[in-house]
Amino acid sequence: MSEIVSKTILQIKEGLKKREYSALEVTDAFISASESNKKLNFYNTFTKEKALEMAKTSQSRIDSGEDKILDGIPIAIKDLFCTEGTLTTASSKILGNFIPNYESTVTQNLWDAGAIMLGKVGCDEFAMGSSNETSFFGEVINPWSKVINKNLSPGGSSGGSAAVVSAGAALAATGTDTGGSIRQPAAFCGVTGIKPTYGRCSRWGIIAFASSLDQAGPITKTVNDSALMLNVMSGFDPKDSTSANKNTPDFLKACGNFNLKNLKVGIPKEYQISGMSSEIINLWETGYGWLKDRGADIIEVSLPHTKYALPTYYVIAPAEASSNLARYDGVKYGYRNSQNHLDDLYANTRADGFGNEVKRRILIGTYVLSAGYYDAYYRKAQRVRNLIIQDFNKVFKDVDVILTPTTPSAAFEVGSQQDPISMYMNDVFTVPASLAGLPAMSVPSGLSTNGLPLGLQIIGKQFDEENVLKVASNIEDQAKFPFLN
Amino acid sequence: MEKFLIHGEKDDYEIVVGLEVHAQVNSQSKLFSGSSTNFGSKPNENVSLVDAAMPGMLPVINEFCIKQAIKSGLGLNAKINKFSVFDRKNYFYADLPQGYQISQYSDPIVGEGTVEINFPDGATKKIGIERIHLEQDAGKSLHDQHPSKSYIDLNRSGVALMEIVSKPDISSPEEAGAYIKKIRSILRYLGTCDGNMEQGSLRCDVNVSVKKDGDPLGIRCEIKNLNSVRFVMQAITTEANRQVEEIENGNEIIQETRLFDAVKSETRPMRSKENAHDYRYFPDPDLIPLVLTDEYINDIKKSLPSLPDQIRKNLVDNYGVSEYDASVISEEKEISDYFFLASKGRDGKLVSNWLTTELFGSLNKNNLKIEDSPISPEQLGELVDFISDGTISGRIAKDVFAEMFETKKNPSKVIDEKGLKQISSSDDLIPMIERVISNNLDKVDEYKNGKEQLFGFFVGQVMKESSGKANPKLVNQLLKEKLN
Repeated sequence: MSEIVSKTILQIKEGLKKREYSALEVTDAFISASESNKKLNFYNTFTKEKALEMAKTSQSRIDSGEDKILDGIPIAIKDLFCTEGTLTTASSKILGNFIPNYESTVTQNLWDAGAIMLGKVGCDEFAMGSSNETSFFGEVINPWSKVINKNLSPGGSSGGSAAVVSAGAALAATGTDTGGSIRQPAAFCGVTGIKPTYGRCSRWGIIAFASSLDQAGPITKTVNDSALMLNVMSGFDPKDSTSANKNTPDFLKACGNFNLKNLKVGIPKEYQISGMSSEIINLWETGYGWLKDRGADIIEVSLPHTKYALPTYYVIAPAEASSNLARYDGVKYGYRNSQNHLDDLYANTRADGFGNEVKRRILIGTYVLSAGYYDAYYRKAQRVRNLIIQDFNKVFKDVDVILTPTTPSAAFEVGSQQDPISMYMNDVFTVPASLAGLPAMSVPSGLSTNGLPLGLQIIGKQFDEENVLKVASNIEDQAKFPFLN
Repeated sequence: MEKFLIHGEKDDYEIVVGLEVHAQVNSQSKLFSGSSTNFGSKPNENVSLVDAAMPGMLPVINEFCIKQAIKSGLGLNAKINKFSVFDRKNYFYADLPQGYQISQYSDPIVGEGTVEINFPDGATKKIGIERIHLEQDAGKSLHDQHPSKSYIDLNRSGVALMEIVSKPDISSPEEAGAYIKKIRSILRYLGTCDGNMEQGSLRCDVNVSVKKDGDPLGIRCEIKNLNSVRFVMQAITTEANRQVEEIENGNEIIQETRLFDAVKSETRPMRSKENAHDYRYFPDPDLIPLVLTDEYINDIKKSLPSLPDQIRKNLVDNYGVSEYDASVISEEKEISDYFFLASKGRDGKLVSNWLTTELFGSLNKNNLKIEDSPISPEQLGELVDFISDGTISGRIAKDVFAEMFETKKNPSKVIDEKGLKQISSSDDLIPMIERVISNNLDKVDEYKNGKEQLFGFFVGQVMKESSGKANPKLVNQLLKEKLN
């Protein structure tokens, strides 16, 4: 059985087809892997019974030859996607008892394709965090912790999603990415994650953090698996006004082409930040060396407004969050601190219900939208966001993709980063693509000097996930990354 | 028109008024969800996941509401903005599930326009429209259902409203009343708002300030949530008087929101300054800006119906209707529709007289709307025909009308059944006249001796003899012949 959990989705699909094992056996293997890793705290809600039930249905479709693309594939769902009849908490006390009676579009697409739900994995509260430590239910532990015998953060916010895949406890997981929340944990946990173009996946039924930035995407072991998952998750949804009315190309076809002739790869000089460790610089150089070997042109490019991306992000995202989270008021659903007066009900419910990081961002967001500060903060941030978009537009006239490190460092120890600003620095390489709504992917590409995973990020043109996947599969092929499972 | 002034102890003051009319968009479903907008449903019956602000729910613009707003803008001669943005207006309230209202702030869908208001004496005045924007309505808090709890009904949550903001061009309570009536009339013609003030489909906020002639604008106060024309007019008068009194007592007017209490006939502050809202407007990131093409706007323009001003002019110019009746008939689409059906191929003036006196009188007495009139426009038209061709007299027509109103019968049937047809033959009338003369020989002598005013008496007696059916003209003629 241990053999099953180290396989990829494509391999499991093959095995199911050849009747080497059943959907139930596959599901059982991942349930066992989850249960034997309890101390890593993957799940807010583990839905074992549901998984077994779904596995049976999958197998009956496989038996009758009517199997769908993800039949028999057990996956984990970030606890930010609303799942009908299953607790959906956003890792927050304020939604600690919330059971939706509706299913998010993205998860519905996955179930319609036959995928099996193992449960709802932990994340930072309302996806606000880069370490998983803001979760009300305690942080998920990075499975790579055993390498250095210290509790490592899986990153965040989709830390549970990256960790569960890394440990071989799920074949894939859904994540959401607002400023790097898929890519940074994927890099920290040595797995692959893609944030597609803003609008590629419907946001309907995903608990909102910052609406103009939030985007769902898959976390998997391999690039092929990410492509397959993304095919299923994507698609126009009339229920989301920001969803793109575009056909989904066959992303899997974009992978596995190892000839990069005529492909131009941009290396942005502004990403060479001061104090960047030599292991990150080496990784980056190795990365574009690989692409050069496959025939790509490596071109230095300039994205001059990069240094403003992080402060811009930390104005816009909290501004939207402060408004998006106003609905959690104890009146309609979720946690309520009952009081006689409405103002007290609000104050006490929200004071008890939200954690410190969420409160911090609500306060920042409220401040930057306030009369007298709006122009200096929010409006200015929107202008800078436009400049950042223009930077990318200009560079993408000359190159097809941009290659950068995913994070400035490898995974850090739980509890080691107490200062919010240094925590925010984790997103320094991932935030610009988020602000521009561009597809961006992290591929595990090497190990740090102390043996922890490092990722490279490929940023593509709007709706050009195909070139991103193409380049990612080349890096994957050459990196020969030593997966944990 | 005479200038409207408030006479204070020391000075005379002009008033300056701007109105915000909140008109519920006439639509089957809400502005950003598919829920029904039906009035009078059970509490929380028309609430979707979006309306209840469930986690992860997203608004999607109802295109029909957009078309209705454009139509309204065109009907008010306003500029349609090809680029508009939906913003969030953030504040906490129990019946505002999202914690924000989706509205339009800096880029509304409709820009400047004008509306002409009419006065009973036929005078008109142009009032500027500043803008129209679309926004969601909130739900309703019910405080009287439980001794210590408030209940929330979200049926209205998310219903589309148009906020029509006037320029401060209104300078008397009467003008404000005429303005609301005109806006309501235009929206009803367009079918973009049912204008039902009792059900809250049309509500007003009023901005009032006062100033001495020649002075710059004074500080204004806003009086919120007025739901009848009468209240709007009373609130303006009450507030303007209050402001004059404050000024004359040496106090400053504080810009604030006030409520009108019709029972006490006073306005009072709605909330204190400490609770003043900072709404933190910003563009709703769940919605993309609304971009319209000229073609789209022009298609809507082509579909516009005739509006009250055009209809009024048509009635005066082509139907011979008086200026006053024309403005009454044109105010409501249902009335002008009735008029045009009833007057088809007939004397418009006569039809308008019967419509605005007899029919309106009977409808009012029975508390009926014209849509519920027991007399159809065709029937009223036939009645007018019978008068025109002399089949019945005007006086008999009133009896026929009353019977029609009562029984819904056709006029011809009423006339037949009751034998009300006018007697217009000399052969039938002469015996009656002779009977009257032989019964009143003494009066005949008096008449012949010069008491000519007795002529009317003889006419009356003949009419009585004929049960009122005699053709009065012929009776006159024949009587003269017999008596002279």
